[in-house]
Amino acid sequence: MPTYQIRVNGVDRTVDVSSDTPLLWVLRDHIGLVGTKFGCGIGQCGACTVHVDGVAMRSCSATVEMAKDREITTIEGLSEDGTHPVQEAWKTIDVPQCGYCQAGQIMTAAAFLESNPNPSENDIENALHGNICRCATYSRIKKAVKLAAENMD
Amino acid sequence: MKNMSSNNTKHINRRAFLRNTTLAGGGLVIGFNLIQSCKTKVVKEAVIDLANLDYMDFNAFIKIAENGAVTIFSPNPEIGQGVKTAMPMIIAEELDVAWNMVHVEQAALDTKSFVRQVAGGSQSIRHGWDALRQTGAKAKHMLVQAAANRWGVDASTCSVSEGVITNANGETLGYGDVVKEAALLEVPEEVTLKTPKEYKIMGKDAPNVDLDEIVTGKPLFGLDYKVDGMLYASVLRPPAFGQELVSFDDSEARKMSGVVDVITIGSKLRAYLEKDDRFHSKISPSDKVVVIAKSTWEAMQAKKAIKATWEAKGTLESTEEHDNILNGILDGNDFVTQRADGDVKKAFAEADDILERTYESPFLPHNCMEPMNFYAHVTDAKVHLAGPIQPPEWKAGLVAQMLEREPEQVQMDMTRMGGGFGRRLFGDFVVEAAEISDAIRKPVQVVSSREDDMTTGVYRPAIKYRIKAGVKDGKVTAYHLKEASINDSMYGLIPNFFPAGAIENYQVDTSAHKSEITTGAWRAPFTNFLASAEQSFFDELAEMMEVDKIQLRLDLLQKVKGTSDERIQYSPERMEEVIKVAVEKSGWGTKPKNVYQGFVNYYCHNTHVAEVADVEIEDGKPVVKKITCVVDCGIVVNPTGALNQIEGGVIDGVGHAMYGDFIFKDGKPLANNYDRYKLIRMKEAPEVETHLIQNEF
Repeated sequence: MPTYQIRVNGVDRTVDVSSDTPLLWVLRDHIGLVGTKFGCGIGQCGACTVHVDGVAMRSCSATVEMAKDREITTIEGLSEDGTHPVQEAWKTIDVPQCGYCQAGQIMTAAAFLESNPNPSENDIENALHGNICRCATYSRIKKAVKLAAENMD
Repeated sequence: MKNMSSNNTKHINRRAFLRNTTLAGGGLVIGFNLIQSCKTKVVKEAVIDLANLDYMDFNAFIKIAENGAVTIFSPNPEIGQGVKTAMPMIIAEELDVAWNMVHVEQAALDTKSFVRQVAGGSQSIRHGWDALRQTGAKAKHMLVQAAANRWGVDASTCSVSEGVITNANGETLGYGDVVKEAALLEVPEEVTLKTPKEYKIMGKDAPNVDLDEIVTGKPLFGLDYKVDGMLYASVLRPPAFGQELVSFDDSEARKMSGVVDVITIGSKLRAYLEKDDRFHSKISPSDKVVVIAKSTWEAMQAKKAIKATWEAKGTLESTEEHDNILNGILDGNDFVTQRADGDVKKAFAEADDILERTYESPFLPHNCMEPMNFYAHVTDAKVHLAGPIQPPEWKAGLVAQMLEREPEQVQMDMTRMGGGFGRRLFGDFVVEAAEISDAIRKPVQVVSSREDDMTTGVYRPAIKYRIKAGVKDGKVTAYHLKEASINDSMYGLIPNFFPAGAIENYQVDTSAHKSEITTGAWRAPFTNFLASAEQSFFDELAEMMEVDKIQLRLDLLQKVKGTSDERIQYSPERMEEVIKVAVEKSGWGTKPKNVYQGFVNYYCHNTHVAEVADVEIEDGKPVVKKITCVVDCGIVVNPTGALNQIEGGVIDGVGHAMYGDFIFKDGKPLANNYDRYKLIRMKEAPEVETHLIQNEF
C-alpha cells in the first residue's frame, strides 16, 4: 500500500491508502475530517466539495494521487472559528434545514466569491447550480451568497 | 467517568444525589428530570447528579446550573424539520428563561421518560405541545416556590422574567440561586400555562440551534459517527425486487485491500418477519452478502467484486405492467369504499355535464442527501445502536425482538439526520447493522452508496387517481374519486378532507395491487400527490363549468359551514381565509397574458394552505416562476423555521412534479444516481412568497 503525504488545512498528513482512493474517503475515514460529506460518489451533487489549491473540487472524484503536493482546504479549515464571511452569512440567513449539503454549498460559494466578488444573481445561480439541496433551501442559499459578497468587499 | 447504566441512575434518590453533588466538587450542576411530565407523571427521584453521569444515559430534561445556564434536551429526532430548535423553545417559553441562555442537546431514546420519540407524520410539535409546556411550567413553579420559601413570602406575590424571580419588595433571585432548593420540592400536579399573548420566545425567529456546528463541519450526522475499531460494511442486496440469493463467489473480494470478512445475513430477519408481517413490504427477506472492511471505500469497492447469482420465484415487475394493472383496477369494480355520501350513481345519471380525468404518479425514491447508514455494536451484555432514524423506539424494539434480547439491553443513540422525508422511518438499515454486528461481534457501520440507496429504497408507491364529477344546473352534484395504488392504499382521515361534506353525492374508493417493490411513506404520504390530482381536477372542472377557479372552491366551502358531520377534518372558515389572502397577495387574475396562474387549496396535517402558481412557457415547456403560499398551521413556534420548511417543501414539490420519474424494468429501477435522476436545483427553483396566518389555535 503506497504512502501519501497530503496537506490539509495547513497540516501535513501521511496516509497509507491505495492510489485510486478518493480524497473524500481519505479525509473522512483516514484523517477523520468528516465535515466533507458523501452524497453521490460521482461528482453530481456537490456535497463533498473542498478547495484544492483554492479551486472548488469534488473530493469524491479526485483521487489521493491527484491531491498529493496540493493545498487542500475543507470546511473545517475554511476559517479558524467559523467566521469566514460565507459562514457568517449562512448563520445570519439561517440557511440550513437538515444541514447535510451545506458544507459543500459553503465551500462552493467561498471559492466562487474569491474569483467573482461582485456576482449577479445569474452568476450565483450558475455557480451553485451543481450543488443539490434536497431540503431545497435554495432561496436562502442565494440570499446568503449575496450577503457574503457584500461583506467580503 | 463512571458509566452508570440508566437503570441505576433512574433510581438514584434525592439524598444520594445531594451527596454525589457535594462530592463532585466543581461540577455543581443540577438537573430536573422533568421529562417525566411528558407522561404527566410525578416522579420523586427527580434529581440527578449530572457531573457523575454519562450524559447518554439520560434524556430530555431541563438542566440548570448555579450560574443560571440552562440546558434543554430535545426529545424527538431531528431530520431537518427544525424540532431540535422548536421543541426546546416551547419548554423555554414556559420556563421563562431568555432563549440566548439556553443550550440545546439531543436526547437519546428513553422509552420510560418519553412518549412518541418519533419524527414522522408531522406530529412532533402537535403531540409534544401540552407536555412540553407543562415541563417548562412545572420547573418554573418549583423555582419560584423555592425563592418564595427563602424569602418567606407567598409564591403568588413573586414574578419571573428571563430566569430572574422578583418579590413584592423588589428583591431578586436567579434560577441558579435557588435551583438546589427547588430540586427538593414536589413536582406540582397542576400549573398555569401562559396565554399566547404572553409569549416572549415562541413566535419570534430562533435560528437553527446546530447552525455553528453545521457551518463549521462538526460531526453531527449518522455517517460522522465513529468509534475506535469500528469497521465498515457494504451490503449487496438483490439487484431486482423479488429476487433471492442463490449463490455467490467472494474469492476476488476477499483478496482486496482492507477487506476483513465477507458474510451473509438474513436468517434472523426472516425469523422476525414470520412474527411481524407489517415490516414485510419494507425490506427484502433475501439473504444478503456483506463485505466488512477497514474503510468505507474499501468495503464499497470489494462489494463490486462479489459475483452473485439471484433468482426470482415470480415474474420481475415493470412500470409498464403496473400501468396496465392500475388501469385495470380503475376500469373495474373491486374497491374498498372509504366514504360514501348520497348516491353518486344516481347523481351522475341525472347530471347535465360530467368531467372525468385520470392522474398518475410514479414511484419516487426519497433521496435523502445522507445515504442510509447505521452503527451497531452487539455484545453479550448489550446492543448499542446509533445513527439517523426517525422512530428510534420502534426500531430498537424490533432489533431486541430479532436478536432475542430484553428491550433494556438495547441502547439507541440518535444523530442528526441528513434528511428523512419518511425514508428513515423504515429502519431496514438498522436491522442490517444489528444482524451484521451480531454475527461478527464488532462495532460496525453499514453504509449505502447512492446507487444502493436509490435502487433498494422504500419508495413512494405509484398511484393513479380517477376523478369524476357531475354538474347539474350549474352546481357540482357528484364527486367520485377512485384510487389504484401499489401496496398501500389511502388511509385514515384522508377521505374526510375537502371536498367531503361540500358535495352532496360523494364517494372515495381505494384498491391496491401487491408488489415485491418495497414502498412506504414519502413526505406527507398520499396527500403529496392526492392534493395535486384533486386540485388539478377542480381547475379543470371550473374551466368546463366556465366559472372562476377560486369562486368554485369558495362556493363549495359555503356548504360545509355549520356542518354537523363530525368526520369532516377541515375548517371551511380557515380554508376561506387562506384562499382570500392568497387571492390578494398573488394578484390573482391581474397578471400579463403570458403568465398562467394555477390554484390550490388543501388541508392535511392540521394545516390549511392556499397557493397560486405563476407559470410561463419557455421553449415550449412550462416553467414555474413563482408560488404565492398562504399557510394557517395554528400557532407558529418558530417563524424562520416554518418559513424555511414551507419554501423548501414548495420547491421540492415543484421539483418532483416537474422531474420526478422512476421507471422499473425487470424488477429494477432504471436510474441509480443523479446522472440519471434529476432533483430540482437552484436555477429551476421558483420564487416562493409565504404568508403565515396569525392565530391562537
